[in-house]
Amino acid sequence: MPTSPSEPPERSGPFDLAVVGAGPAGLAAAVEAARRGLRVVLLDAGDRPGGQYHRHPAPELGARRPGALHHDWREFTRRTAALDGLVRAGRVVHLPGHHVWTVVPEGTGRRLHAVAGPDEAAASVRARAVLLATGSHERQLPFPGWTLPGVVGAGGAQAMLKGGLVLPGRRVVVAGSGPLLLAVAGSLAAAGARVPAVVEAGTYLGYSGFAPALLRNPAKLAEGALHGGALLRYGTRLLTRHAVVGAHGSARVEAVTTVRLGPDWRPLPGTGRRIPCDALAVGHGLVPQLELATTLGCATRTAADGTAALVLDAEQSTSVPGVWAAGEAGGIGGARLAVVEGTLAAASVARALLGGGAPGPRETALRRRRDRLRAFAEAMGGVHRPGPGWTGWLRPDTEVCRCEEVPAARVTEAVDVLGARDARTVKLLTRAGMGWCQGRVCGPAVAALAGHASGEGAVPDRRPLSCPVPLRHLAELPEPPAD
Amino acid sequence: MSKSQSPDAVIIGAGVVGAACAYYAGRAGLSVAVVDRGPVAGGTTGAGEGNLLVSDKEPGPELDLALLSVRLWRDLAALLPADVEYEAKGGLVVAPDPTALKALRAFAEGQRAAGVEAAEVPGDGLRALEPHLAGGLAGGFHYPQDSQVQPARAAARLLAASGAAVHLGEEVTGILRTPSGAVRGVRTARRDLTAPAVVNAAGTWGGAVAALAGTELPVRPRRGFVLVTEPLPRVVRHKVYAADYVADVASGSAALQSSAVVEGTPAGPVLIGATRERVGFDRSPSTEALRRLAAQAAALFPVLTDVRALRAYHGFRPYLPDHLPAIGPDPRVPGLLHACGHEGAGIGLAPATGLLIAAALTGEPAGGVDPAPFRPERFDDAPDTGRRENTP
Repeated sequence: MPTSPSEPPERSGPFDLAVVGAGPAGLAAAVEAARRGLRVVLLDAGDRPGGQYHRHPAPELGARRPGALHHDWREFTRRTAALDGLVRAGRVVHLPGHHVWTVVPEGTGRRLHAVAGPDEAAASVRARAVLLATGSHERQLPFPGWTLPGVVGAGGAQAMLKGGLVLPGRRVVVAGSGPLLLAVAGSLAAAGARVPAVVEAGTYLGYSGFAPALLRNPAKLAEGALHGGALLRYGTRLLTRHAVVGAHGSARVEAVTTVRLGPDWRPLPGTGRRIPCDALAVGHGLVPQLELATTLGCATRTAADGTAALVLDAEQSTSVPGVWAAGEAGGIGGARLAVVEGTLAAASVARALLGGGAPGPRETALRRRRDRLRAFAEAMGGVHRPGPGWTGWLRPDTEVCRCEEVPAARVTEAVDVLGARDARTVKLLTRAGMGWCQGRVCGPAVAALAGHASGEGAVPDRRPLSCPVPLRHLAELPEPPAD
Repeated sequence: MSKSQSPDAVIIGAGVVGAACAYYAGRAGLSVAVVDRGPVAGGTTGAGEGNLLVSDKEPGPELDLALLSVRLWRDLAALLPADVEYEAKGGLVVAPDPTALKALRAFAEGQRAAGVEAAEVPGDGLRALEPHLAGGLAGGFHYPQDSQVQPARAAARLLAASGAAVHLGEEVTGILRTPSGAVRGVRTARRDLTAPAVVNAAGTWGGAVAALAGTELPVRPRRGFVLVTEPLPRVVRHKVYAADYVADVASGSAALQSSAVVEGTPAGPVLIGATRERVGFDRSPSTEALRRLAAQAAALFPVLTDVRALRAYHGFRPYLPDHLPAIGPDPRVPGLLHACGHEGAGIGLAPATGLLIAAALTGEPAGGVDPAPFRPERFDDAPDTGRRENTP
């Protein structure tokens, strides 16, 4: 039954493969799958392919060198050109601006329902196999003052720069934890901001323990050296084992306070230092976006960085038959790994649907590359995993959930007095995580306060709606055949 | 393994029914321990809407229990912190056409005789109560006794106020018995809690606890979905539902039934619940359940059509074949009491259940409600229809 009457039937399927997300993993997967002869639909919430990583200025901004802020830009443009060719040839249907809100079984395959475009139209497609390349969002650990204007996510600052060529401020402190911070600081400095300090809660010394993994990834090493070198040139101070524990200002951030951290990230008394700034870009790495996957029932694991990630086998299959995943959903690992995984997942889907022999030499080489990059990502994730002592920089009145304005004291009351033992019960008792972002921002923090050390492995609840859906869409779903 | 405490009773289950049993037992002077394998309100309580309804119940034992509970909730609301969000908002049951209105009128007549307050509202008077209600409805009945709490907080606050020793995250792995077969406590991974009485308030999982004690209680899950909208200004003032909801609640069918109960909450979102279907503990999403809820809510309140649903969740109501809970001592296992199987009315029926259990524990007569219809052993001589339907 065509559910979007305005669209020709071939646009609603049935497809062989539905790829959710057009970031590095989904884009690579869609191209590879189509080249292998599958009929592919690529659904993406964004207006243009690239996801959060290859975010680029809208054409109207007239950027002369949109790739200047990106690694692998050439590879990315080659791949989008390939996608365009496949779309023109009718082998891929690309549906930008489509937020997939649920995936349900239908016949031998699945139906994906989406909210489409600025008018929030209803759309749905059917496919024999599903590949989740849903990416990640930034991990935020709250601190006093984090809701002040001028405090932005580190990834958000990067996105602002890439997507709109806008700087969050003139004097920007970059803080949090993870390899992204150096890249963000480098981009900001290159774009003309002054970056007085990069405040990293972990320590890069931790990398040396993984020298073998690093040495097997010379590209990563070069990337790091590049960032480090550039920052030295700009006179940026690198503070490791430090955290921003306060943002100050009346209408907008005017300064931040940093402290030194103990090994478990507990703030050390008497080490506070004030750094004037007009913006703070802060983030503690990335969290896989798993709403669709967990609602489908896909099994998860706790990755080395403490986040919940999908359990995937060598074929990039999830624990649910017919559902594959690639990129950050299987554990934070960066764009290069995402591309490799997307390619491998597509190859595996093609084998499952079309038959065919064992993986050829190219695939075997890609698998080795994936395993190397995955090992590296896990090693790095362990280095930047939040220590349980971070909750020591919260004050009772620090807002933990910004959507519902829930302070830390209410969360601790729910745990200590009312008998909550997990993030779900804290949510029921305090409303933390019930607002617009549905816990994407406060989830790790709430889980940590609920007793999970550093909020690890907090698996998102099964959520039949992975994004807001107009009631009219639900009401107008096709009725099941009477039988 | 520590083995120190010897309370007068151990209650298994930290949902709203367990909390109410703990509260009233404590008030009766008993020392109580509450054990749950999860957190407070971790089962069906946390998945409920917090309905305290008399309007949907026909005259009989459940309505008696509900009427007593509505009174008890009002008293509790005065004692518990305001964040339990008690609201005596009243219910409004609407009939789409004269035939349905006639049936509703007959139903309300019977309820009135049993002590329910119900006032007929003519079709043109409905908008005075609910300005955004759809036009063209034949009429309805206003039930001022229907009220509302935030269920998880109500359970948590009730439990905290009970003074019970609470052991969360401890699954009961065994019921301790004397050589003669009487209950003498429970065993968890961490401790033995010895007590002369054990109360099974494990809700949907009450059948498993009964089995641990060597007896039977045919509690089955009946799945329900609830739809939650984005925060809105107060567009819905009462609990509003169409008259056919009553038939759904009373139905024994395993198939999906739905008639949306629509209501606003103090935090802003409108709750739309709930479907009823017997599919075992199936946690997979059902777009059909969401479709029906959305369509029915939009039919009652057209203004909701373009509102966004932020989330949906589901729970498993504890269901017994005759739609009545099991409350009271189990004569088959001395020392064992049951307080489970309240289906979708656990929040509403919890206080009266707690009062009956406290009375049974102290040996005092229960005030006001006859406990006989809730005898846990009543299924021994009846064929268990629920089980057959749930076997794949």
